[in-house]
Amino acid sequence: MSKIGKIRMRSLLVLPVIAAAALGAMTLTASSVKASGGEAHIEEMDWSFNGPFGTFDRDQLRRGYKVYKEVCSACHSMEYMHFRNLAEKGGPEFTEGQVKTIASEYTVEDGPDQAGDSFERPGEGKDRFPSPYPNEEAAAASLGAAPPDLSVIAKAREGGPDYIHALLIGYEEAPEGVSVPAGGYYNPVFTAGSGVIAMPPPLVEGQVDYEDGTPNTVEQMSEDVSAFLMWTAEPKMEQRKRLGFQVLLYLIALSGLLYFAKRKVWSDVH
Amino acid sequence: MSGESTYNPGNGFTRWLDARLPVMRLVHDSFVDYPTPKNLNYWWTFGGILSLCLGIQIITGIILAMHYVPSTDLAFASVEHIMRDVNFGWLIRYTHANGASMFFIAVYIHMFRGLYYGSYKAPREVLWILGVLIYLLMMATAFFGYVLPWGQMSFWGATVITNLFGAIPVVGESVRTWLWGGFSVGDPTLNRFFSLHYLFPFLIAGVVVLHVWALHVTGQNNPSGVEVKDPKKDTVPFTPYATIKDGFGMSVFLILFAYFVFFNPNGLGEPDNYILANPLKTPPHIVPEWYLLPFYAILRAVPDKLGGVLAMFGAIAVLFVLPWLDTSKVRSARFRPLYRQFFWIHVVVCIVLGWCGAQSPDKILIHVGEGGFDVTDLSRILAIYYFLHFLVIFPVLGLKEKTKALPDSIADSVLGKSAAKA
Amino acid sequence: MADIHAEEPTRRDFLYVASGSFVAVGAAFAVWPLIDQMNPDASVLALASIEVDISSVPVGQEITVKWRGKPVFIRHRSEEEIAAAEAVDVSTLRDPQTDDARLVDNPEGKLAKDWLVVIGICTHLGCVPLAYKGEYDGYFCPCHGSVYDTSGRIRKGPAPLNLEVPPYKFVSDTKVQIG
Repeated sequence: MSKIGKIRMRSLLVLPVIAAAALGAMTLTASSVKASGGEAHIEEMDWSFNGPFGTFDRDQLRRGYKVYKEVCSACHSMEYMHFRNLAEKGGPEFTEGQVKTIASEYTVEDGPDQAGDSFERPGEGKDRFPSPYPNEEAAAASLGAAPPDLSVIAKAREGGPDYIHALLIGYEEAPEGVSVPAGGYYNPVFTAGSGVIAMPPPLVEGQVDYEDGTPNTVEQMSEDVSAFLMWTAEPKMEQRKRLGFQVLLYLIALSGLLYFAKRKVWSDVH
Repeated sequence: MSGESTYNPGNGFTRWLDARLPVMRLVHDSFVDYPTPKNLNYWWTFGGILSLCLGIQIITGIILAMHYVPSTDLAFASVEHIMRDVNFGWLIRYTHANGASMFFIAVYIHMFRGLYYGSYKAPREVLWILGVLIYLLMMATAFFGYVLPWGQMSFWGATVITNLFGAIPVVGESVRTWLWGGFSVGDPTLNRFFSLHYLFPFLIAGVVVLHVWALHVTGQNNPSGVEVKDPKKDTVPFTPYATIKDGFGMSVFLILFAYFVFFNPNGLGEPDNYILANPLKTPPHIVPEWYLLPFYAILRAVPDKLGGVLAMFGAIAVLFVLPWLDTSKVRSARFRPLYRQFFWIHVVVCIVLGWCGAQSPDKILIHVGEGGFDVTDLSRILAIYYFLHFLVIFPVLGLKEKTKALPDSIADSVLGKSAAKA
Repeated sequence: MADIHAEEPTRRDFLYVASGSFVAVGAAFAVWPLIDQMNPDASVLALASIEVDISSVPVGQEITVKWRGKPVFIRHRSEEEIAAAEAVDVSTLRDPQTDDARLVDNPEGKLAKDWLVVIGICTHLGCVPLAYKGEYDGYFCPCHGSVYDTSGRIRKGPAPLNLEVPPYKFVSDTKVQIG
């Protein structure tokens, strides 16, 4: 009993630790289930945005956007993203002028006009990225399977950008004994389909011309587009971490003050 | 415990108001002059922390409702709109989503504290029952809220939970149809869940008022489990003693909260909920949020639909009758050496049940020949133990256990402790 | 109940005041996101401009288009309407403004006197005035009787200001961009 009395102060520090450990255990077990489904290896990359102070690499996001535009966007939509997002702080930070040019290269449908007809016009910053197919059914009909929307894909897959990167470079010859149906490709990272994916290998060496002279290897392109998709999924990440750091500093200082105030108040009771 | 009011209106206005609506007197008597046992430890700050959680959830929730659209076509998009376009929308949504988890962390600590120190025992049975009611309402609210973003887990969670009600004999089918407003989870379901998700927190707040009222009638329990004898020696006034201690507890709790909101906002969530709901395709592995996992494990442990549902609801229902299952004369586990061990076993059982709930039910833990001992087998043993703990160990232990000598008073227990320290 | 002793009042008071003000400052910062979320969001701010084809509006008529959720009147003014708007002694007006000051240049760089573009919201309490009504054949607000002239200037009634002119420009002879 007196032991409990003694650990009174310590128990206070123990609370968050216990809670965090319990939660950590739960999330770990939850994720280990999914990871154990296949034998694929998902490499944990050293992303610039890892860690509490990590930020996006602007040049990488711009390259990643180019890969998205020239490769992914042929089949995948990105419907929660607008052209104007490309100029926002914490993203690729294109200039307003560049965004205008990028947007105007797309044609978007608008309307109705005064006559009641819909019409096509060049894109503007306010517009969403147009989808390559009018709806999911049309995409499925033409490609065999509907490609997922990419806006939040990095948050919608266990492993996030690590998974996307591993998937993009994960295509292999099917091993002996594994039959890949027509229209499918062998990719052990794609555990959801037991290693068979409908998406053909999207990247080939030298496919996208990088203006900044970065070597356009498959590895490089897949890293860049994975980083870009992490940004589209979490466009406020840099703002979040910055504010979080300030909030934590404040709370730690406040806790310190309150601790001493509490000790002072209770000094005549103990 | 609630003796004479010591409120003394200081000026003409407060005197005038006090004669008409003694609200200041109520606040004074409840949160300023209210006598609190002087030996309360930090586990007792979780009541205040829970009020903070409820406040945060209600405020952020009302704001999210200003931007959210409860329609199957627009719900997912409106959440993304909140995350991307609304000023500080990401902060408000992440606070609300993680706030639910924080709320449950706090409520579990609060409940286990009550179990450890016997806070449910006479005369605090009604206080305990109101607490269990709040916990039930919290689970319902959390479930409704989890459906709203209309991701894959939202949809399939709603489908599975509403189908539980279908297991009830005779009325089950009708209840399920009422919940759905159709032949499956759809637009009407989402709309009524949104309405109920907005309503329930205010029900919780109402029951919290009763909970605090009941608390102030019986007075707080304390780590020694001995009732207050002499308020002068045994208690301190709520303000400043308890307020400053609660404030410190809240501040430390907010550090954990802020860590999740700002640095790991999706750590407690499921990636599948960032996929738009698809009624044609169930995700390969569906799990409820972490705070429901132990009950989910109990549900799956029973190989019969109705039996599983009954076991799951029974696991919560048993808490209501707990005050009458415990036959011990002594409240606090400090003086119940055997119960203390069973208490910790029970904590571990609940955590491992939660772990089981997150696993595939057919995952084999110990291989024996072709098959082996799988997660379902483990869940079964633990679920049986869970009920044994309350239905058998509680009554028997109270009669058989040799308890330690109780201190004469709270003041004595505090002094004894100081002596031990010195 | 233990009494609160008054020993070491300064240190205790300092800790009280410091913690109290720390909490107050934190609360004030925490309130800001809750208020800022009510400001127009990024998607609303982005939807700022529209283009309108005015080639089909004959002289002596006007069209109403929606911009930022508000009606905008685009009026093709006749010679008489222009003359009436220019003949007014500006010093007698409640909200003195010349007709010219309320117009913009056409693509050739000359003042487009035949086109009046105003936001169709009465400056009194926000009703939509009726066109070609009222004493000056400009606008008349049915709610509380404010009367505007052919330049959209307030002439009679309770409204304090002229009809607001939105930012706009001619992108061609037949197209106006509002916003």
